[in-house]
Amino acid sequence: MELTGAQALIKSLEQQGVDTIFGLPGGAILPVYDPLLDSSIRHILVRHEQGAGHMAEGYAMATGRAGVAMVTSGPGATNIVTPITNAHMDSTPLVVITGQVATSSIGLDAFQECDITGITMGVTKHNFLVQSAHELPRAVAAAFHLATTGRPGPVLIDVPKDVAQSTMEWWYPSGVDEYDLPGYRPTVELDEAAVARCVALIEQSERPVLYVGGGTLKSHASAELLAFAERTRIPVVTTLMARGAFPDSHEQHLGMPGMHGVYAAVMAIQRSDLLITLGARFDDRVTGKIASFAPDAQVIHVDIDRAEFGKIRRPDVALQTDIATALRSFDAAGAHPKNLDGWWREIRTWQANYPLVYDEPEVDGPLRPQHVIESIARTAPAGTIVASGVGQHQMWTAQHWPFEEPNTWVNSGGAGTMGFGVPAAIGAKAGRPDRTVWCIDGDGCFQMTAQELVTARSEGIPIKVAILNNAYLGMVRQWQEMFYDERYSEVYLSPDLPDYVKWAEAMGCVGLRATNVKEMNDVIDEANKINDVPVVIDFRTDSTEKVFPMVPAGVSNDDIMVHPSQRGGAR
Amino acid sequence: MNAPEPFAGEQVHSPVRHHILSVLVENKSGVLARIAGLFARRGFNIYSLAVAPSESHARFSRVTIVVDAESAPLEQIVGQLDKLVNVVAISDIAPREAVERELLLATIKTDVANRTPLLDTLGNAGAAIVDVDPGAVTVMLAGTPSACDDLERALEAFAEVELHRTGRVALPRLGRNTQATVEH
Ligand SMILES: Cc1ncc(C[n+]2csc(CCOP(=O)(O)OP(=O)(O)O)c2C)c(N)n1
Ligand SMILES: [Mg+2]
Repeated sequence: MELTGAQALIKSLEQQGVDTIFGLPGGAILPVYDPLLDSSIRHILVRHEQGAGHMAEGYAMATGRAGVAMVTSGPGATNIVTPITNAHMDSTPLVVITGQVATSSIGLDAFQECDITGITMGVTKHNFLVQSAHELPRAVAAAFHLATTGRPGPVLIDVPKDVAQSTMEWWYPSGVDEYDLPGYRPTVELDEAAVARCVALIEQSERPVLYVGGGTLKSHASAELLAFAERTRIPVVTTLMARGAFPDSHEQHLGMPGMHGVYAAVMAIQRSDLLITLGARFDDRVTGKIASFAPDAQVIHVDIDRAEFGKIRRPDVALQTDIATALRSFDAAGAHPKNLDGWWREIRTWQANYPLVYDEPEVDGPLRPQHVIESIARTAPAGTIVASGVGQHQMWTAQHWPFEEPNTWVNSGGAGTMGFGVPAAIGAKAGRPDRTVWCIDGDGCFQMTAQELVTARSEGIPIKVAILNNAYLGMVRQWQEMFYDERYSEVYLSPDLPDYVKWAEAMGCVGLRATNVKEMNDVIDEANKINDVPVVIDFRTDSTEKVFPMVPAGVSNDDIMVHPSQRGGAR
Repeated sequence: MNAPEPFAGEQVHSPVRHHILSVLVENKSGVLARIAGLFARRGFNIYSLAVAPSESHARFSRVTIVVDAESAPLEQIVGQLDKLVNVVAISDIAPREAVERELLLATIKTDVANRTPLLDTLGNAGAAIVDVDPGAVTVMLAGTPSACDDLERALEAFAEVELHRTGRVALPRLGRNTQATVEH
């Protein structure tokens, strides 16, 4: 069967089981958009290519499958570099297809030419510049294999226009052997000796902590984690990237560690004698000043990526495997720590003395952002997926939203990309239409990518967006208040400009506003009843509210600052 | 006790600092950029680098990278390098377990009348003359890196020298195991 490269590309995506592509066409990718008309694959036409990338990320985080985005060359390609970088930092499986100028024009500064494989070399797991139509099926199959196995990540396929237009005899690689990836071996044999050393460390331990990172979600190890934790009674902390990997309602869960972590989670790590590190990477937002991070702890580091071992903290035992396999092997060996009663008593004291708290809102407003989040969560159906932007609202959501299930938290961790929330929520809803999807956004973030609500409305993707409108680039304001003598430089945004309700309405969404607690409850009820179009709510929150606890950047976790109402007493 | 500070400008060729990575890569465009980009963005120092087709010419090339193992732990460098999809195998060869060779070419400005000291130097080093004209000679030495270092220092005595070294290539000494070999 003779096909054009473009037809072969679409057919290859169908072979991979792709059901949704997020994208926007242009000159160099035009040939590929033609056979798309005849395909069963749903294409979601975005308003900006950054939106396509974040939607693909949201889709991937909510479904566990690779997200797919397609854009044209030059500016189309550079517009998606931010999401690619974001996916690279958070190990999200993504396949991004970019158009490229014809092979005969490459290197000649042709119209809309840019070296996107060069630009993205450092922020992709791998990328390909496809040289012939015959190679397209292999490139697609290899891209999905690379994106979804081992440590997942973004893969870019650059398709010159003439490659899409020329013809090939249809074929499809029958298996990994035909992917032409001689240097890629994502699985390694389980190192039984290392497992034995892990088990020995666990058995000696009196103050162990399960330090659970995003890799635990990537390896679908929540069930194994629950089984291992319950059998051993070891306390659990889940990082920003791992929220949902272990139920928040579980009595062994201490919450999130790190810069804005729960006091007990931070302290348990600091006083621990054994960190069982599962798909986490000792990010500076978790460790604080690295020299004083968990000073008495031995470290078991389990990761599929051996380059994480010793990158920041030297492990006592490194175990290269996926998290589910590691936990099963610990269980098979019957690994059990010493009696943890004393350890738990210490932890319970921290929990009792320093729970997450915030001041009650005044009846007439302004609203407390944490209270808004908890109120939304209380009325949200089980399994609701929540996305966020980056800033204070993100930290409050990570702290106060009760995560119970894997793949229900969609956020930008490693890169901290403002504007991630709205498009990521749209992608999540496109991938999981059965779920309610909320985006808890900041007013600053919303203004970066809000236009994608036009996409959501026209494609029938009814997400709900809660803007925690504090009229500021709040997180930056918080740093200026605390560390720059309240000298506020370029952080004020205004609560009324833009008018978020009118803006929502102009985009075909329902726009609502709440300035006090009664209105808050009313609009949440109203939003919960709307299931056909997107809803945007402008919640007027207190501009001066800050995120606590806080470990300032570069400071030891031991010097964690708790909420002002908790200060004064002994720590 | 602290080691004495090296003199400014003095090259330190401590065998402990330098490690040789013999890296088999796919012969695809952009592979060298991927390796160089990785070293640059991770802050790993490359001391020298040599690339050439390997025994299986069409598919693979061999890159010999001498790394500064004090800029980052060696296992970090190897681990990150191994993640490059086009990298097929990495052998880490400790200098004392390596057979290393390097090529040095140098053009020395000297007129015909005053060549005796140069010829002595070349003779001592085992270097050969490969090109001559009335005002200059070009010489060559293929030898161990330290032999090339010695010749380079000896040539400092001459006024105008243009010198070029290839960077070393290496293979493991026969009858020994290389350390931390990542073979796929
Ligand atoms: C693209 C981008 N630019 C700048 C920043 C730096 N930054 C981090 S949080 C923040 C403020 C976010 O403001 P908003 O969305 O209103 O959230 P808030 O902190 O007020 O909840 C800024 C500017 C960033 N993370 N990303
Ligand atoms: Mg704000």
